[in-house]
Amino acid sequence: MGKVQTKDEIVRHHDKDLVARFLREMIRIRRFEEKAGQMYGLRKIGGFCHLYIGQEAVAVGSILSLDLKRDYVVTGYRDHAHALVCGMDPNTVMAELYGKATGCSGGKGGSMHMYDAALHMIGGNGIVGSQIPVAAGFALKIRYRKEDGVVLCYFGDGAIHQGAFHETMNLAKIYRLPIIFICENNHYGMGTDYKRVSAVFDFSIMGAAYDIPGKQVDGMDVLTVYDEMSKAVEDVRKNSHPLFFEMKTYRYRGHSMSDPAQYRTKEELNQYREQDPILILKKQMTDAGLLTDDEYKKLDGEMKKVGDKAAVFADESEEPSPDSLYQNVYAD
Amino acid sequence: MPLITFREALRQAMDEEMERDEDVLLLGEEVGHYNGAYKISQGLLDKYGEKRVIDTPITEEGFTGLGVGAALAGLRPIVEWMTLNFSLMAIDQIYSNASKTRYMSEGQFTCPVVFRGPNGPAEFLGAQHSQALQSIYAHVPGLKVVAPSTPYDGKGLLKAAIRDDNPVIFLESELAYGWKGEVPDEEYLVPIGSANIKRKGSDVTIVGFSKPVKMILDAAEELEKEEVSVEVVDLRSIRPLDEEAIYASVRKTNRCVVVDEAWPFASVGTHVGWLVSKNCFDDLDAPVEVITSEDVPMPYNHRLELAAQPSIEKITRAVRRVLYL
Repeated sequence: MGKVQTKDEIVRHHDKDLVARFLREMIRIRRFEEKAGQMYGLRKIGGFCHLYIGQEAVAVGSILSLDLKRDYVVTGYRDHAHALVCGMDPNTVMAELYGKATGCSGGKGGSMHMYDAALHMIGGNGIVGSQIPVAAGFALKIRYRKEDGVVLCYFGDGAIHQGAFHETMNLAKIYRLPIIFICENNHYGMGTDYKRVSAVFDFSIMGAAYDIPGKQVDGMDVLTVYDEMSKAVEDVRKNSHPLFFEMKTYRYRGHSMSDPAQYRTKEELNQYREQDPILILKKQMTDAGLLTDDEYKKLDGEMKKVGDKAAVFADESEEPSPDSLYQNVYAD
Repeated sequence: MPLITFREALRQAMDEEMERDEDVLLLGEEVGHYNGAYKISQGLLDKYGEKRVIDTPITEEGFTGLGVGAALAGLRPIVEWMTLNFSLMAIDQIYSNASKTRYMSEGQFTCPVVFRGPNGPAEFLGAQHSQALQSIYAHVPGLKVVAPSTPYDGKGLLKAAIRDDNPVIFLESELAYGWKGEVPDEEYLVPIGSANIKRKGSDVTIVGFSKPVKMILDAAEELEKEEVSVEVVDLRSIRPLDEEAIYASVRKTNRCVVVDEAWPFASVGTHVGWLVSKNCFDDLDAPVEVITSEDVPMPYNHRLELAAQPSIEKITRAVRRVLYL
């Protein structure tokens, strides 16, 4: 056990159950994504598969600050984690990766197109930055109907130079939209280091062109993410205006399953592995006397089983019927 | 029956639908304080206010996506593109999001948005402002594409489009905004996906849509003097296409000319030409003729501009060709 901590210091003033939930969610994502990667290697999953491994703190810390009955989540193709944290069943997410009828989109969407209308998870988008104006549309609806919801719009460092981002930032400001733009800067837009293709390296200042306050956040520390996002969500809910965050994070795998990631050194990778968000929280909890090694191993084992179960469920599920080819092209 | 302009008919449609349903809103460049670049939205800002009539900056990709998102979220936006030429800035939002979200989510979302604006050549505007872009939208499953040629059809189809739960591309025509036509006071809708016969005839079927329908009817008048009886099928909707209406007419006349003011390569006109050739093969007494714009960018010089487009002369010559006259 570590040294005696005062109650105030215990994991930086957070509710114990919430902190435990953070850990559980992050490990669940990690083990699910590892399983998906493994199954991709066994050709159970085809096409594009973008894993969130290493970035867990961003999705967990931010989405858990929301009330999904009135708030919305919009992201790009690295969306499995957001889907899980929004509360989508890992079985249906894995089945969607397998393209099965039991998938959340009936096998018609795939990895990049996870949706759950009831849980306010609005995808999932395969085109870099294409989701950004759409997210603003949800915020417009909130304002139009005088609701008090907030939209979290995620995208990567690869998307931040797209015209769609800039146009939407301007629209969000002039229309006072309740939207928080979150750039998950994991250092690489596919194989390109963001520093090679960006006029500025501190993305948080890019809000200034639109008079939108921006902030850089350590995206590897879930408690920091949560603190920043819960404050931001409360502000936007009350004042209906856009905010912008650059979450500094890192992905431990390649851009997608087909990327051997030769654009970064082993040293760099190992350096970031020491900032593993799961291990950071684990240490914080252990130091505060909230977690033992045995408890951690038990939790990890349980979360591994979630991924395993999901793979079995997906494997045993039916393919979509041929009729589904022509279904839902149009609404009646 | 009241005789009103195409412009007024469209305005009435938007006004009536906005009054009927609070979720309907209009956004686009100059739609509010300017009362519309072509005055289609005249008076709507005064009546409904800035919440429901929204002036946008010149950011087609952004505000088109905004409209798509608002529709996915449950509102019923009308997005005005000042011309269809400018919609090219936004085409990713239409192709990737508007047309596909329902399918990719297996029916979890509907996208009840109408994109409307003038399409095709007006006059003197040059190559970048004169494109007839129906084919690039008609190409996409998940979209509906509508192209009225009269004030009556315009009002009825725009109301239907706003009430439709799918993304609808609503094609108008700048030079037609001033045309007058009879439009009843009582409420009516024109169903999407239904063509109609604008002129009954027996010797040849001419299929058209949008602004060229007027030219086709003028050509039919001329041909009548030569004792050629022309039946004019106005598609009114491009997607879904009322194939049966076309085939029923061609089975009767045995000859077909298709008119489309877009370019010939992979256009709506050439697609319809192929459909008729294939499905009416045994009924045709001549090959199908397709009259389109010349395969060039639109020149500025007015004579060249007119030479680049379908004309009454090109249509009548095509009719004589299929009649072997």
